[in-house]
Amino acid sequence: MARKLSKKDVVIIGFGWTGAIMANELTDEGLDVIAIERGPWRDAPTDFPPGYMQDELRYRVRHELFLRPDQITFTFRNKTDQTALPIRSWGAFMPPNGVGGGGVHWNAEMWRFLPSDFVLKTHLTERYGKDFLPEDMTIQDWGITYDELEPHYDRFEYLCGTSGTAGNLNGKIMEGGNPFEGPRSRPYPTPAQAQPFSHTLFGKAARELGYKPFPQPSGNLSQAYTNPLGLQMGPCTYCGFCEWFGCSNYSKASPQTTILPYLIRKPNFSARDNSEVVKINVDSSGKHATGVTFVDTSGEEWEQPADLVILSAFSLFNVQLLLHSKIGTPYDPASNTGVIGRNYTHQTISTVNGFFDHKKFNFNPFIASGAIGMCIDEFNGDNFDHGPYGFVGGGYVGQVQTGARPIESTLTPPGTPKWGAAWKSAVRDNYLSTVKPGTGVHGSSYAYRDVYLGLDPTYKDRFGRPLMQITMDLHDNEVKQNHFLTDKFAEIIKAMGADHVIKQYRTAPYDITQYQTTHVNGGAVMGTDPLTSALNRYLQSWDVPNLFVLGASAFPQNPGYNPTLTVGALAYWAAAAIRDKYLKNPGRLVDA
Amino acid sequence: MKLREESQMEARKSVSAVVRRREFLAGTAVLLFSTTKVGAATIAGQLPWMPNAGSPPPRAKLGPWEFFTGDEGRAIEAIADCVIPPDTETPGGKDSGCAVFIDRQLAGPYGRQDGLYVRPPFMTGTRSQGSQSEAGPAQKYRDALGALDRACKSKYSGKAFAELLAADQETVLKGLESGDLKLEGADGKAFFEQAIKDVQMGFFADPIYGGNRDMVAWKMIGYPGARYNYLDWVNRHNERFPLPPVSMTGRAEWTSQAR
Repeated sequence: MARKLSKKDVVIIGFGWTGAIMANELTDEGLDVIAIERGPWRDAPTDFPPGYMQDELRYRVRHELFLRPDQITFTFRNKTDQTALPIRSWGAFMPPNGVGGGGVHWNAEMWRFLPSDFVLKTHLTERYGKDFLPEDMTIQDWGITYDELEPHYDRFEYLCGTSGTAGNLNGKIMEGGNPFEGPRSRPYPTPAQAQPFSHTLFGKAARELGYKPFPQPSGNLSQAYTNPLGLQMGPCTYCGFCEWFGCSNYSKASPQTTILPYLIRKPNFSARDNSEVVKINVDSSGKHATGVTFVDTSGEEWEQPADLVILSAFSLFNVQLLLHSKIGTPYDPASNTGVIGRNYTHQTISTVNGFFDHKKFNFNPFIASGAIGMCIDEFNGDNFDHGPYGFVGGGYVGQVQTGARPIESTLTPPGTPKWGAAWKSAVRDNYLSTVKPGTGVHGSSYAYRDVYLGLDPTYKDRFGRPLMQITMDLHDNEVKQNHFLTDKFAEIIKAMGADHVIKQYRTAPYDITQYQTTHVNGGAVMGTDPLTSALNRYLQSWDVPNLFVLGASAFPQNPGYNPTLTVGALAYWAAAAIRDKYLKNPGRLVDA
Repeated sequence: MKLREESQMEARKSVSAVVRRREFLAGTAVLLFSTTKVGAATIAGQLPWMPNAGSPPPRAKLGPWEFFTGDEGRAIEAIADCVIPPDTETPGGKDSGCAVFIDRQLAGPYGRQDGLYVRPPFMTGTRSQGSQSEAGPAQKYRDALGALDRACKSKYSGKAFAELLAADQETVLKGLESGDLKLEGADGKAFFEQAIKDVQMGFFADPIYGGNRDMVAWKMIGYPGARYNYLDWVNRHNERFPLPPVSMTGRAEWTSQAR
C-alpha cells in the first residue's frame, strides 16, 4: 500500500529538459511544483568533472550516464508476424536516466524544423497529390504552425545561448546562414562556433558545388554567455567529449547549466531523485488524473497527489507510462484504430567516411564539439522537388564530426585487414587524415501503419509489468531517401579531396544493434483529431485534460533535424497554454 | 505546503553520499535492488552538491590475473600480439597491456553483464534483434579459450595456442575469422571478432584500465589523450598538434605513479 504524501498543485514526471522548463514556468505562476526523477541527481563536479570525464571506455563504451536495461528495456521486432525479443543491451538508441535527462549527454545541435514540416500532410498532398505518398504512410499535420512556435523557439535558443549564424531574419535571407530556415525574429544569441580544418574544407567544397553551407547551430557556446535567468556559461574549449559525455566546462546547454541553479532556489519547487513513477492515477471517471504513484530505491511505494500532472519523461517512457496507466486507447495496427503507440518513428541516418592523403592533410580530428559542423540544407524536408525521385522527406548533410576518440575513430581504408601488422600501420597512417562524421546524413523518418509501440505479451520488467514492444522497420521511402542523400553527401566529401570515399547506406531491416541517434519519437502524438492523436495542439491529453505530455513522443512524424530545440519550444508553448488558458479555466483547451 | 525543512535536507545529504559511494563500489548505476532503506527524500532550496563526491575510475591493479587462468592468460596474450604485432616503433598487444585490460574487464561488471537485461526466456531471433545469449562475456571467453587450446592440441601435436609458431597462430586465427576452423562448444568466429574488438579497445582506452601502457597507442596515432582545451588550436588548420598525450593519471614525466 502506497504511503500518501501531501498534495501539490503540480507533479512533474521525469526531470530532463522539458520537466525543468515546465517546472520553471509553473513556479513562476506561483504553483507548488514537485518533480520526480527515476535516476540520480547529476552535475559536473560530481558526475563528470574535468579530471576524468574524458573517458571513452567508461562513458561511451560502457554507457555510464545512461539507463541500465535491467532497470527497464523494450522488446523489438521488425514485423508484426515476428516474435519480439528484449533489447538486452542498448544499440540503436540510448535511453537517458537521471536529472537533466538526455540534456546531460547530448551533442547540443539546435535545429528548428521547417515551416512545411508542421503541415506536412497538407503540404505534400497539395504539391504532389495524395497518390504520391505510399499507401501505408500515416503522416499528419501537427495542429500547430511554425509561426505559432517561433517565439518559443526563440525563447529556448536564448535560454541556451545558442551559437549560430541566422539564415532568415524576419524574412530577409542572410549571407552565411541557412537560407531554407523559417523566419527568425532575432539573430542567434552568440556567434557560430569556430570550425576545425575538415569542417572548413567541407564548407568550401560545398560552396564550389553550388550549395549554401552554414555552421550547424550549436548549444556548445562560442563565447561566454549569461542567460535570461542570470546563469553563466563558459566558452566551449573544443575538447571533443560532448555526445555520450557530460560537459565539465559549463559550456554545453543542459538543464544543469541553464535552469536548475535558478529553479532550485524557488521556495515553491522541490524534487525527488532515484524515484520512479510507475503509474498516473485517475479517478473513477477515468477522465481526471489524481496524481502519481512512485517507487523509491528501497522498493517502497508512495502516492503523490496533484491537481495537474506533467508527463515529461523520455519519449518512449511517456508512451509506456500511458499504456501502463491505461490512459487513452492503445493503437491497433490491424484495425488502424487507437492512438497510444501510434506513429512511432526514429531518424534515417547514414554517413560517408573519407580517407585523405596523410602527407597532405592533418585534420587534428580530436578538436571538436558535439554540435560543430558545416552543413547544407538543400535536400531537407521539401526544400527540393521530389517529383522526379519518387520519395518524400529528406535531411541535412554535413561534416559534423564531433571528435576522434580513438576506440571508435580508428578507421582504415577499404581492403585493410581487420587485425595484424597491416591493420596497425593503416591505423597509424589514417587517424589524423580521416573524415568520419557520425551522422553526416541526418534524414527524416516518416510514420507508417505497421510501425508502432505496444505492450509485450511475454517479457516483464522488474516490477512484473509487461515491457513495451517496438515494431519497426525501414520502409522503401526512407531507404530511397537515404540512398539519394548519401550519394549527394559523398560527392561533397570527394570534392574535399578524399582518396577513398566510403558510403555507409542505411538499409533494411532496421537494426536495433546499430546506433542511429537517440531521436525516437511519436507514440503519443499531437494533432487535431482525437481519433489520430493522443494530444491536442497544446500537448494536453484528449482523454485526461489535467494531463500534459511533453517531449518528442508528441511528434506525428520526424523531420530531418535533431529534435531537442523543437522539444524545448513545444514545452514553452504548452507552458504558455497552461499559464494563459488552462489555469484560468481548467478543462479541455480544444473541443474534440 | 512549506517545502524547506532543514532536517529533511540534512538527511538527504547523508543518504546521497551513501548512495553515491555504493554506486561507485558496485560499478553500476543500478540501485533499485539495493536492500538499504533509502526512503523518499526531497531536494529543495539548494543543489544537492557535495565536495569530493565524485567517483573517479578505479585504476587496474598490476599483478596476477584476476579472471584468466594461467593457460587462458598465455593464450590471450598470444592473440593480442597477433592482433597488434610489435614493430620497431610501437609495442604489440601483449606488451602494451591489452591482455591485462581484457582480464580486468572480464573480472568486473562487463564480464558479468551487470546492468543488462538477462531475464528469460532466451530465444533465437534475427540478427537485427541483437544478441539473445544467456552467457556473458566472461563465460564466452572461458568457453572459447578452452576450446581453442583443445583444437590446437589435437591439430598441432599437443601444443596449446600460445606454444605454436607465429605462422601457425596466424593460420589458426584466420581459420576462426573465416569460420573454417570450428571450435567445440564455442562459436569461434564470434569469439575472435569479439577478441579483436577487445584487444583494440584495450590498446586505445586510457592506460588507467591496464592497456595502452605509457600511452603507446595514442603516441602512435597522434591522439593527445585526456586534454580539455584546444581553444588555441581550433583555428590552426593542417598543423600537427605539438604536445604529447596525457592520460587520466597524468604522464610518467609528471609522476612516478603514471604508467
